[in-house]
Amino acid sequence: MAEELKAPTSAKCVVIGAGIVGNSIVYHLARLGWSDIVQVDKGPLPNPGGSTGHASNFIFPTDHSKEITQLTLESMRQYREMGVFTECGGIEVARTEERMQELHRRMQSAKSFEIEDTAMLTPAEVKEKVPYIDEEVILGGFWTPSVGVVDSLRAGTIMRERAQEMGALSSLPNTEVLDIEVTDGKVAAVVTDRGTIETDCVIVACGCWSPRIAAMAGAAIPLTPAVHQMKDIGPVPFFADAKGDIEWPIIRDMDTFMYERQHGTGLEIGSYAHRAILYEADEIPSNEQAALSPTEMPFTQEDFDLQDEHAMELMPDIVGDESIGEKYACNGLLSLTPDGAPILGETPEVKGLWSAAAVWIKEGPGVGKAMAEWIVEGEPEIDLHGADIARFYEHQKTREHVVARTSEGFIKTYGIIHPGEQWTANRNVRLSPYYDQQKALGAVFYEAAGWERAFWYEVNAPLVEKFGDAVMPRTAEWDSRWWSPIINAEHLQMRETAGMIDLTPFAIFDITGPSALDVVQRTAVRQMDVAIGKVIYTPVLTPRGGFKSDLTIMRLGKNHFRVVTGGAHGMADRKWFADQLPADGTAQLQDLTSSMTTLGVWGPNARAIIQSLTNADMSHEGHPFGTCRVIEIGSLRVLASRISYVGDLGWELYLPIEQGAKLWEMVWEAGQAHGLIAVGVGVYGTTGRLEKGYRAYGAELDSEYNVIEAGMALKKVKEAEFIGKEAYLKHREEDPVALMCTLSVSDHTSSSGEKRYMLGMEPILTLDGAPVTDKNGRRSFVTSAGSAPSLGKHLLMAYLPPEHAVEGKDLLVEYLGERYPVVVDRVGATPLFDPNNERIVS
Amino acid sequence: MEICVCIKRYPSLGSAIVLTEDGMAIDTDKLGFTLSPHEECAVEAAVQLKEEHGGTVTLVTLGPEGVEEQIREQFAIGADRAIWIHSDSTDVDPQAAAAAIADAIEADGTPFDLILLGSESADNANAQTGVRLAHRLGRPVATAVKGMAIADGTATVERAVGTMREVYTVPLPAVVTVKDGLNIPRYPSVPGRIKARKKPIEEVPANLADPRIELMGLTAPIRESKGAQDLGAGDEAADALVDVMKQIGVLS
Repeated sequence: MAEELKAPTSAKCVVIGAGIVGNSIVYHLARLGWSDIVQVDKGPLPNPGGSTGHASNFIFPTDHSKEITQLTLESMRQYREMGVFTECGGIEVARTEERMQELHRRMQSAKSFEIEDTAMLTPAEVKEKVPYIDEEVILGGFWTPSVGVVDSLRAGTIMRERAQEMGALSSLPNTEVLDIEVTDGKVAAVVTDRGTIETDCVIVACGCWSPRIAAMAGAAIPLTPAVHQMKDIGPVPFFADAKGDIEWPIIRDMDTFMYERQHGTGLEIGSYAHRAILYEADEIPSNEQAALSPTEMPFTQEDFDLQDEHAMELMPDIVGDESIGEKYACNGLLSLTPDGAPILGETPEVKGLWSAAAVWIKEGPGVGKAMAEWIVEGEPEIDLHGADIARFYEHQKTREHVVARTSEGFIKTYGIIHPGEQWTANRNVRLSPYYDQQKALGAVFYEAAGWERAFWYEVNAPLVEKFGDAVMPRTAEWDSRWWSPIINAEHLQMRETAGMIDLTPFAIFDITGPSALDVVQRTAVRQMDVAIGKVIYTPVLTPRGGFKSDLTIMRLGKNHFRVVTGGAHGMADRKWFADQLPADGTAQLQDLTSSMTTLGVWGPNARAIIQSLTNADMSHEGHPFGTCRVIEIGSLRVLASRISYVGDLGWELYLPIEQGAKLWEMVWEAGQAHGLIAVGVGVYGTTGRLEKGYRAYGAELDSEYNVIEAGMALKKVKEAEFIGKEAYLKHREEDPVALMCTLSVSDHTSSSGEKRYMLGMEPILTLDGAPVTDKNGRRSFVTSAGSAPSLGKHLLMAYLPPEHAVEGKDLLVEYLGERYPVVVDRVGATPLFDPNNERIVS
Repeated sequence: MEICVCIKRYPSLGSAIVLTEDGMAIDTDKLGFTLSPHEECAVEAAVQLKEEHGGTVTLVTLGPEGVEEQIREQFAIGADRAIWIHSDSTDVDPQAAAAAIADAIEADGTPFDLILLGSESADNANAQTGVRLAHRLGRPVATAVKGMAIADGTATVERAVGTMREVYTVPLPAVVTVKDGLNIPRYPSVPGRIKARKKPIEEVPANLADPRIELMGLTAPIRESKGAQDLGAGDEAADALVDVMKQIGVLS
């Protein structure tokens, strides 16, 4: 017998998985200069039996997520470079008016994210490109000429071989990972059935097996294997002369959640319409046990019955032909995550253990490149905050949550997802201490990071009448879905009197110890060596000077800082700070998110309300803006922090979570004499914020934009070192190629005479309808949109290149197939509402 | 022409077979089910005869929940109706199975001109059911048939025996058990699938006689890896190749 393949005893890193993702990663690691890379897969090469092997392999580039679209475009570039991409074009067809609107919205996203030459087609034009459809069934189509099909197995082989040719990689097929050893929270070795490999870097690129592999190290990759059904019929007489794998445009029948693509002389019919069929990683058969491959599960026809009919409706001449047989059908496994995004990055549980999971073929090579950059250079070029594995809270890692959300989310694969759409499964997991009081006020709850957040209060409905047209009512169903005029009414009332806002979802963590100052200095752009009691709002930068976060840090003691950040990105921020802690243990991070609650009170009467509850001096002099201190409110000791995210005078009140309800009660009662109302997050997150031009992480701020572009630079740069400082200093010297601007819509009237209100992500166009692109190739699009009731305007935020970033400049915004005039109201950060901040700082 | 086809589902296996804990059955938890190629040929033959001579194709199967899947599959090919003898398992003593099928056919009352079966099931391969069924029904039986034509109330069938070809005539009504290679079964079409959903399945209970043969246990074959093994290149691989050939018994 030939000598059994033995695993090397050590490696620079071990990549587990030889699907499209693992192969891309080994190549890009090698390209960035790494060697001594070991790749392990329990299956044979080139097809180890994972989801890559049965993938349908077509790519539609447009997605409403910027990062997913960017990963896809980068992947397409790589597939083309490898010569494994065949362009065939693709058409997403609509059977309903609502879907037609959605297709117009996809046109928007295509323009926002630079997908060229897309067009809306009439049914006849669709038929011209795809003669075998019944055009009577559809209302139109969205044409993307750059849609194509890739050979993902070949691409994987090419990338693996390139890494091998560089002398950087040894691949171990048919090798099973038995354990991952962890020492002091760091990855130490991978144990395989061919020996143990010592390493401090392990990348889990195991597709739907990833949860099982990560669990060996004590980390969670919260995804589930799920079925996507497909069948191949043929030979199709119409395709008899087909010479290539793909010659006809791919059709996505969006309303039936299906696709049909010519595949050689056959037609492949795929579906995302069936019930969610979920497995556990341990339920997948081994390569040896499986009749086909492990991820090609037995086809369950009963789940496809309706899809057969839908396919026959759209393509009766082919699908309805009794002489054409079904050659192959499978329940192909793929990976679904609770929020639909991939799971990328270093696990928060184990240093050196990375996840590259829940990635589709269309994103594979782009993810490989981004992961390699992240691992080698500390940061990917494409901002991946939406996919960051560190985003998950503990409850979101549970099997129950994964099953609940993926069961609900599966049907959304081809669904029409409103930007404000809420999940319905596994709700009421995290309840603020005010929950019952809010419920009594008719709170309409949205979810943020598992928390139930009052978005507005029905009890405030009479205010809509009071303020009349000033609430900027919306008549179009899409514009007003997941929205209420009560939000704007609450906003106006808060500006008149006062509002209290539940901020419990804040992620809060304390940095303490002798090195605490070093840690926060190193993390924050702004000077943190400030007087005790100062509250500092600061950008947090990536090494390349893009935004990692923006957050608030309070100095509570010489060696005690409290970091407060948004719930949505709180866990990623926690990992970022935790990663800065010194190895010698001289600083610690303590997560107080679940022990503290925050109640915001803002408005002209906020001072009078708080003052009526405390003996502490709450005057402007007694408690200046940007400071915090502990005050007594009744029997409660409350940390009062005078800052504002809504543009009015007021405080954030921090206290132990079990005392929150008592505080709410006291503030509520004291506030009645001062016109206080409960105000929802609709005001906090959108209307109040936009009037003040405050940027939000994940919308205006991400790692692809810098502090200068965001208009957030201060006059001085602190002496102390901080992450991204070198880049930041460089950015300060350069002329910015884009600037954050606030625009307002000059005329909302659509061609049908209805007033329409943009919701965000729409492309900004010049007056002749051309997209706007900055010198770094970034398109201008709406990062946030919302009402500014105090200004009587609908505001849009967008980065614009300097030639357009001119106050008074007229531009256009495209919304659902129509163009509306907009004007640049503000360049930079000076608020449109109360530009001198007199309301806040007085 | 009234044709009956007896079908039995069995698990689609990979190269490694997993047994249940007691070693008495194949663990089908992670497996799908299919029909043996013999039976697929039997259904195809029946559908072709129906297309040629008219009539109906009735499926008879004996098995637990889930066998509808295989019935609908064959409906999609062109079978018209089915009788499902509802048992706990497909692992049934062949004598009892034949009796139950005979009972069901008699109770159904359709005067079948031809009853087709696979020559043996793909899992148990007892090759008894067809013969026993013919005996019970008092009909002639031809077994392991690889060619068949029907004319004037007679089936002309061919059997391959060693290198020889035997041709028989069998008067109808008869029982014929067929082998893979009789024809090339068609794939179901999508319209066939849609029609299949509306075709009737009559469910009858299985009154199975006590088994007269008893399974004592199964042994799974030694697990073979699907992965190719690289034995080296050129002359250097010769020794390893010889070793492998000895191991698999090609060389001694």
